[in-house]
Amino acid sequence: MQASLGSVRVLHGVDLSLAAGRWTAIVGPNGAGKSTLLRVLAGLLVHTGEVRLFGEPLQQVPGRVRAQRLSWLGQGGAGEGGADDLRVWDIAMLGRLPYQRWLAAPSQADRDAVERALRSTQAWDWRDRPLGELSGGERQRVLLARALAVEADLLLMDEPLANLDPPHQSDWMATTRALIDSGKTVVSVLHELSIALAADRLVVMDQGRVVHHGRCDEPDTHTALEHVFDQRVRVHRVADQWIALPH
Amino acid sequence: MSPTRRAWWIGSVLLAMALALLVLGMGIGSTGFERMGAAWQDPVALQIVWDIRLPRTLGAWLAGALLGLAGAVAQGLFRNPLADPYLLGSASGASMGVAVALLLFGASPTSTEWVVRLGLTGAAFVGAVLAVLLTLTLARGVQQTLRLLLAGVIVGVVLGAVKDLISIASVDIMQALTGFMLGSTGLVGWSACGVMAALAAACLVASWALAPVLDGLALGEATARSLGLPLGGMRAALIAVLALATGAAVAQTGLIAFVGLASPHLVRSLLKTTHARLIMLSALMGGLLLMAADLGARWLIAPQELPVGVLTAVLGGSYLLWLMHRKKA
Repeated sequence: MQASLGSVRVLHGVDLSLAAGRWTAIVGPNGAGKSTLLRVLAGLLVHTGEVRLFGEPLQQVPGRVRAQRLSWLGQGGAGEGGADDLRVWDIAMLGRLPYQRWLAAPSQADRDAVERALRSTQAWDWRDRPLGELSGGERQRVLLARALAVEADLLLMDEPLANLDPPHQSDWMATTRALIDSGKTVVSVLHELSIALAADRLVVMDQGRVVHHGRCDEPDTHTALEHVFDQRVRVHRVADQWIALPH
Repeated sequence: MSPTRRAWWIGSVLLAMALALLVLGMGIGSTGFERMGAAWQDPVALQIVWDIRLPRTLGAWLAGALLGLAGAVAQGLFRNPLADPYLLGSASGASMGVAVALLLFGASPTSTEWVVRLGLTGAAFVGAVLAVLLTLTLARGVQQTLRLLLAGVIVGVVLGAVKDLISIASVDIMQALTGFMLGSTGLVGWSACGVMAALAAACLVASWALAPVLDGLALGEATARSLGLPLGGMRAALIAVLALATGAAVAQTGLIAFVGLASPHLVRSLLKTTHARLIMLSALMGGLLLMAADLGARWLIAPQELPVGVLTAVLGGSYLLWLMHRKKA
């Protein structure tokens, strides 16, 4: 795949196969093309080449079916759109739009899915509050609940940990693991390298290219990670976990 | 109280207040407030109430409802709390459409003929669509708030100047347009009410059906698209609703500022809710605001009458200043 933003080519010949039922993290320095790649995978950006969703060309999947199978959580979310006046419940319910007939009221299945999503991100208690009254981290948890409420097979998340404090980053990881255990596929762009190293597979990007794609516990993956960050990070093994520290 | 119940409660209160003002409006004439009881005994007084006061009061409510609806749709569609039919240039476009129609067909803007009212509404609709498209082209989309508002102001000024040029071409048109464009409900008859009622119903149904798109857009373009919403067609439909509501109001009552801007803000201060409810309540709020302004315009310096557009501009401008001050604070 190749993709451009305006006249600038951002992705140069990316050829990638992501494993179903696994958590893949995409990492790389600023401007590496991580978010652009995720937008291309979601079918949100014009590109050359082909994206296949579970083996089927994405362009041929009808919009509604695609929206049911692929859930998107973008950067910033409500910040750019001004959803401050919408209630938390209404925002999470937007995740059920792909399942609802036009003008039909939400079904019991929709309400149950929204409740599950809000409870899993600990946002259930604020369901009647407008988004504008919440802090940055709380808003992020509501937006995550919106993405979870789709109950799609594939979740694409662009910097889902933005504004989350460490305990809620940990909760996010637990939620992601639970999704993988239930057979879902998660692809996330992450700046938190130590959390990215907890994924199943790592895609390391630099200057619009995928420079490495492999398991998180492989030495080659660690070498690639250190290389794209100009040797300014080092991957260490601490308490049975891989972590990346500034060097 | 659940949001649904609260929305119903607010809607009922707005409607009840509008009904009270409608009764009051039937009693206010050039000699000030008159008791309605006496009018039933006098055929002339009854005719004045039925043919003049009732349609103009109802017309004020309908025009306000159309503007309130247009404001709520514009603010959701352009994700901009300052968007309204005025600031996007669509009201100026609609007034230019009316001026062009007068130039081409020589009708009076205050005519009570059904065909004339429909024709002027159609011309205003075309002008409003043209203005919104021009604004969007100049602003290169809806992403940049400042650019969008500046483009709207520029389009409003330019199309307003075109309307003025058309006015200069004919003394008859200038005279007809001058009073009309100050914004007045004085000559709204039953035919104008009929046109506005039909179009308000159509716009309400369409915007209710399209409201989920506005909710989705509130989370950003990418999220809305990821939800499977066909944004291209739905945006075009929402622009059509915005232009139709603006055009229908401007063609019957002239330029009435700030009702479209203030109504959604007032509703949001009472209830945080989805766009479907916001649009319905903004329409009710807009109707109530313009009806109250119309009564004020008739009553303040009776037997003279203020153009209601002037009154809403003064009140609405003050409200906008207060809103800006509050946001800054």
